[in-house]
Amino acid sequence: MALSDERSQMNPGSSALEHTVGAVLVVGAGIGGMQAALDLANSGFKVYLADSGPAIGGTMAQLDKTFPTNDCAMCIMSPKLVETGRHRNVEIMTLADIESISGRAGDFRVRLRRKPRFVDTAKCTGCGDCAAACPISRPDEFNAGLSQRKAVYKRYPQAIPNAYAIEKRGEAPCRDACPIGQRAMGYVALVRAGRFADAYRTIKEENPFPSICGRVCNHRCEDECTRNEGAFGQPVNIMALKRFVADWWWSQDASVRKPVAEGPGQRALSSKNIAVIGSGPAGMTCALDLVRKGHAVTVFEALPVPGGMMRVGVPEYRLPPEVVQREIEDILAEGVKLELNHPVDDVPALLQHGFDAVFVGAGAHQGSKLRIPGADLPQVTLATDFLRAASLGDTNAQDVRDRKVLVVGGGNVAIDAAMTSVRLGASWVGMSCLESRAKMPAHDWEVRDAEEEGIEVFPARTFKEITQQDGRVSGVRSVQVDLHGFVDGRPDFTEIPGSEEVIAADIVIFAIGQVPQLGKLKDQAETAPSGRTLKIDPDTMATSLPGIFAGGDVVTGTTFIVDAISAGHKAAGSIDRYLAGKALKIEVTRPPVVELDKLEVRQRIQASPALSASRIEMHKRPAGQRSQDFDEVYVGLSEAEARAEAARCLGCGICSECLQCVYACRANAIDHNMPARSIELQVGAVVLAPGVQPISGQIKPEYGYGRYPNVVTSLEFERMLSASGPFGGVVQRPSDSHHPHKVAWIQCVGSRDPRCDQGYCSSVCCMYATKEAVIAREHDPHIQPTIFYMDMRAFGKGFDAYIERAEKEQGVQYVRCMVSAVKEIPASRNLRLSFATFDKDGHPVSHEDEFDMVVLSVGLKPTPETQKMAHLLGVTLNEFGFAESPDFRPSTSSRRGIYVAGSFSEPKDIPETVIEASCAAAFASADLAAARGTLTRQMIYPEERDVSEEEPRVGVFVCHCGINIGGVVNVPEVVEYVKGLPNVVYAERNLYTCSQDTQEKITRVIREQGLNRVVVASCTPRTHEPLFQDTIRQAGLNPYLFELANLREQDSWVHRGSPEVATRKAMQLVAMAVAKARRLRPLQRGTLNVEPQALVIGGGLAGMTAALSIAAQGFQVYLVERQAELGGHLRHIYTGQDGCDPQELLQEMIERVSAEPRIQVLMDSRVVEIKGYVGQFRTVVETRAGERTELVHGVVVVATGGQEIRPKSYGYGEINQVVTQREFEEQIKHVFGQNIEKTPRSVVMIQCVGSRDSEHPYCSRICCTQAIKNALEIKKLNPKSSVTILYRDLRSYGFRERLYRQARRAGVIFLQFDPENKPRVSHQSSQAGLEVEVLVQPENEKITLSAELVVLSAGIEAEPGNAALSRLLKLPLTAEGFFLEAHVKLRPVDFAADGVFLCGLAHSPRAVDETIAQAQAASVRAVGLLAKKELTATPIIASVNPRLCAACGVCVEICPYGARRLEPGMKYAEVIDVLCQGCGACVVACPNKASQQRGFEFLQISAMIDAAVEEL
Amino acid sequence: MSETNFEPRIIAFLCNWCTYTGADLAGTSRLQYPPNVRIIRLMCSGAVDPIYVLKADLAGADGILIGGCHPGDCHYQEGNYKERRRVVALKEILKGAGFDEERIWIRWISASEGQRFAESIREITAAMKEKGPNSTKSEWAV
Repeated sequence: MALSDERSQMNPGSSALEHTVGAVLVVGAGIGGMQAALDLANSGFKVYLADSGPAIGGTMAQLDKTFPTNDCAMCIMSPKLVETGRHRNVEIMTLADIESISGRAGDFRVRLRRKPRFVDTAKCTGCGDCAAACPISRPDEFNAGLSQRKAVYKRYPQAIPNAYAIEKRGEAPCRDACPIGQRAMGYVALVRAGRFADAYRTIKEENPFPSICGRVCNHRCEDECTRNEGAFGQPVNIMALKRFVADWWWSQDASVRKPVAEGPGQRALSSKNIAVIGSGPAGMTCALDLVRKGHAVTVFEALPVPGGMMRVGVPEYRLPPEVVQREIEDILAEGVKLELNHPVDDVPALLQHGFDAVFVGAGAHQGSKLRIPGADLPQVTLATDFLRAASLGDTNAQDVRDRKVLVVGGGNVAIDAAMTSVRLGASWVGMSCLESRAKMPAHDWEVRDAEEEGIEVFPARTFKEITQQDGRVSGVRSVQVDLHGFVDGRPDFTEIPGSEEVIAADIVIFAIGQVPQLGKLKDQAETAPSGRTLKIDPDTMATSLPGIFAGGDVVTGTTFIVDAISAGHKAAGSIDRYLAGKALKIEVTRPPVVELDKLEVRQRIQASPALSASRIEMHKRPAGQRSQDFDEVYVGLSEAEARAEAARCLGCGICSECLQCVYACRANAIDHNMPARSIELQVGAVVLAPGVQPISGQIKPEYGYGRYPNVVTSLEFERMLSASGPFGGVVQRPSDSHHPHKVAWIQCVGSRDPRCDQGYCSSVCCMYATKEAVIAREHDPHIQPTIFYMDMRAFGKGFDAYIERAEKEQGVQYVRCMVSAVKEIPASRNLRLSFATFDKDGHPVSHEDEFDMVVLSVGLKPTPETQKMAHLLGVTLNEFGFAESPDFRPSTSSRRGIYVAGSFSEPKDIPETVIEASCAAAFASADLAAARGTLTRQMIYPEERDVSEEEPRVGVFVCHCGINIGGVVNVPEVVEYVKGLPNVVYAERNLYTCSQDTQEKITRVIREQGLNRVVVASCTPRTHEPLFQDTIRQAGLNPYLFELANLREQDSWVHRGSPEVATRKAMQLVAMAVAKARRLRPLQRGTLNVEPQALVIGGGLAGMTAALSIAAQGFQVYLVERQAELGGHLRHIYTGQDGCDPQELLQEMIERVSAEPRIQVLMDSRVVEIKGYVGQFRTVVETRAGERTELVHGVVVVATGGQEIRPKSYGYGEINQVVTQREFEEQIKHVFGQNIEKTPRSVVMIQCVGSRDSEHPYCSRICCTQAIKNALEIKKLNPKSSVTILYRDLRSYGFRERLYRQARRAGVIFLQFDPENKPRVSHQSSQAGLEVEVLVQPENEKITLSAELVVLSAGIEAEPGNAALSRLLKLPLTAEGFFLEAHVKLRPVDFAADGVFLCGLAHSPRAVDETIAQAQAASVRAVGLLAKKELTATPIIASVNPRLCAACGVCVEICPYGARRLEPGMKYAEVIDVLCQGCGACVVACPNKASQQRGFEFLQISAMIDAAVEEL
Repeated sequence: MSETNFEPRIIAFLCNWCTYTGADLAGTSRLQYPPNVRIIRLMCSGAVDPIYVLKADLAGADGILIGGCHPGDCHYQEGNYKERRRVVALKEILKGAGFDEERIWIRWISASEGQRFAESIREITAAMKEKGPNSTKSEWAV
């Protein structure tokens, strides 16, 4: 009892939750997630559908075809994608991961982290212009890495949301290191692509001085470059690349150099005036930014030339004046006013003279001398003065020709002064400084350059005096020192005794630092403690004086140009805010900086020859040549060098942030600064359907994946087969693109292999390998596929027949063996497979066979991310990392209120995933029944346009369907033809007409062109008509003003060999559709009430589960059972997995059904009549005693079950010791279990008795597991009993593989037999036992086993009553007598007929847990209808024209539904809309043509006939 | 047009539930068949008005196929039976009027019988090729 209590407490749906929230979070938007989302949304819940990727669709989107129908995966999924994408109550959240969860079942708070997409999905049109502009290529994971995509990308063409996303790893370290955040990675990528003009634009984004910074920057970017670490080579020569781009730009014709920013005329102007003091980098940057913001800016420059220190502080040979000039002019061209020779004496006074703000960027032009004797001599000068004079060509300056010059100082300026002296003709130049040679402030390369030019360096000195002779400088007396460092800016050194010397010189130049000339400002504004520079607020650049801002050297003392530019930008921002009266300070959050780990860097470098190349330096002119003139020392890179150097970039950030996408995007959808967001959702339940990933091919190194190019994984092969894949559906070898002939599939790579920690079967590989082999041959009939396998696990509905066809009709060869190794033959790159088989005599034979290509059928496993998520949510995982679900409670997790679906709980195929998703939805729907409908919104359509008075205006949309149609039919020709058809006013073609962007386009075109009829020429109306009808409805057209021409299923796919004929046929099919469309009339849908009760037929496990679940979701159920007791087939199952007791489950369910007030059980009854239709069924149920009851209900669930096959072989029925598994289980429970002594000492089990034979040509799915379970039970009772299982293929799929291994460990013997040579059972001559003779495979060895008991695994067959019920319900059966669902893959519990659902053995043989899941699934599909108060009826029904009706009554007689009525006194026979099913019988019968079928009217069909015979 | 490259024009009236779906299945199974057929979808084979057949014949169709669910499988209970009776009668009448009633075919093809659909089209196309062009149109021209 305690157990039962606990169970019911844990059983979801068994007790209602209080205070529930009517919303559900579904995590993972693959096919399972979408199904759960749609089921829940249709049942009245708000759904948040979260996926960690940028688009929904999951793995199924990557598949080419699906088994066993060979349906195109994308084709069947696309309507579901679109339905999910446009469902009002499904909110899709891409790039979302769970951060945390709190609360309880019924009311959770879930925090999601939404990674930035950097593209606004609301604005993005999916046009792809951004991707065309993006310079970054990445392996395309959607194509399994076989092709490249851009850093801005859409996962696949039909992706929902139909929007691009940008992949970023973070901010590249080069950008992070730069004070102005230059997008170095961006322009480097563009240089690599040869896009120099684009690169220039990217540089200019932050830097108005590309030519200058390409020459004299201290390039901290290179210091931080990920490659700047010993082993990774040297940093990318970013500065040289910048110079290359700038010089390339300026070498172009002026007409090419279009301004990158908008001109002054196009800006909104403010009325503010700003004064900028100083035309150096800080001032000019600030001025430019402010002008761009619409302000008027005047720059005051004291010197006669603009550019500040860039012009007068840096010598020409490093930075030619014309280079400075061209960039200054570029800035002036944007509208900055410049006043030269205009020193400003009183800065604050400017504010009184019409300026609203001032920026002080006056620089630090004031040099200083050491206060030592002789410093005032006329031959002692300052580097600043000296360099300025040289720059300006001032003839009054110090003449160094033929003189000996000593520069005092060790920084860049000292070097500049020294090298300038050389060029000006000094006879000898030396430089001397306090620092040691190694610690000189100038770069080491600078010092070396100087030395090359003959400059003598005297490091580590202190200077005592400038010596003189005859009033002229004669030298500098210095003492060598040991410098310990600087304390408070003052040097700390020890003089080396006896080292004093005089360095002879005629001229001494001091280059020991420079300070700003602050003038009056020194007293007006606050200064730094030193008193030499202005004090500012570093965040805002504001001085102590309101309206006065400052930046650059005037604040920092001498630094680098890039720092000054940074200051200029920052000040401009502050000034702009100041002028607008806003707060000056703003918060800037920068994304995290990328740190590649060493392994990753090494891998990248090894992967590409370009990356492993060494750094290319700029060329330096020879010292002897360059010291003679002022031409540039360094020569820029050539184009080839630049591109080669750019190719060395590792691309740390992935997205290079070059902004080309932003320039390209016409919708303004891109925002590179989009932050990550954290959001909290309030939901009542969580469904986890995150899916799995394929295991790496490298898990089995002996197969050479990763080393041999022609060894691929199954997912890679899947993409190769796909028409939209990397090779357009052409099967080719990766090594040489040749078409392979011999292709081998190796099964169980990463499955059924405890050695690589994969102790389970991945369930899908046998089937997908066969499918790939079949489809490959369809693509190229020369392909000879061979599949190497252990057991062929074709256990699903229709699977065995598929394998059989593949082998017998499609030339797929199956070889049962393990492949021990794959070796590449170097010359051909073919692959040699080693494997062993047995010959007829049972001798092992080793083989080596050569193949052109090998496909590894890799298994499936959960991703580390989903495992992490499970831990976060408190969801228990099993030893393989899958979510643990109890056997009898599929889809439930260890945490109440959190459900799991799809492969996350066990590897499974698509229909099982869909079933489980619906199952999870059913649990959630039951949990939250009280909150149903509280958070949902209704679909609102625009008002319908009245087109009755309009001439037909037909728009035709012809679909390429990728290459499905376009590869055969000449679509442009069809479009041209269509344009000439009557009433066609618009025709166009689309790559995928079903994609969301095309839907939006159709809506737009309808409005723009005033269309009132729409024809889509694409695929079958069966799958796509509702989608297009909804689209035109959203555009205000009646949905029945629509016609589809089926160009795919009925043209391109069936006439692949004759494209011309197929094109002509396509034209005619469209012409027929147009002919009908012209005559279409709007139709109205009637509504009908839904009876909120369900009828469940069958009281077995499936029926009881469905009934309980529907009841738990809040609806009444009639449960009809033929027998006198509930339970069905479950009554005979005694052994379960993992210690679960099926009989206990049975009892518990019967109790719950009896206790449930919402369920009315009709025992001993059968359905004898069903009338009506969805929402309004009337069913007559008759008891055995003949008592009839009429039930009214809205939906039907068919759960009629199945039965064990009664064997006709192996002496069953004749020999007492031959029993079926079912009987054996009963014996275990009732006989051996009670008296262990009676346990047989030897049992032989024979599999596939009645299954997989001519009479039952399908696999019964459950028998292998059943046999193993029962074998283990015997071993448990008596470990000494011998149990032998004779099998054909051991189908212990999924985690059942564990049981198989457990059985082997327990000593159960498994022997394989051949169906051609079945075992023989006979009485043993000597004893009372039996003898089983079997020809064991693959050794082909005959052995004889003795057995006390022979157990036959008899399999499951369809319930014989199905045929009668199928006739009553008008539902189809399979050839085997099971019910046929609406669609094998995506509608596994639905019927084509609305309102009828299917589950359990009535569908196909299945295990207890699978039956429960399917019954749950059927229940939520049913509730999806019951939850609606009314349904809209089909409008395709009969109508009558009273004027033509002669009231003859023929229609009344012929109508099978009693939907025509003619009573005395009536002038015409009316149509009862809700009863009419639209068969058209009355229409044909009507002698006067008074009856018409809406949507298929006489004139419409006649017009189609005319169009069909017309000669083209 | 010489007899050898005569391409018959075939109009097929298919029911929505079985034969049209079977034709789709032939497509998804990539079964290849001659491109001579033009399919007109109706909800039920029982909705194929004899006038459509007559009209198609008169308009110049060389072959006419009516496709429906197998007997007993009709989505509308017995539309296919009705059509079967009608077609028998129609053929008799047409024969009497001098039409070639062998140009009219009726086939039960289920949603899962793509193969049967493709085979039927092959068969009808071959038979109509053998027969040559339909002369009704010229004979009955007004």
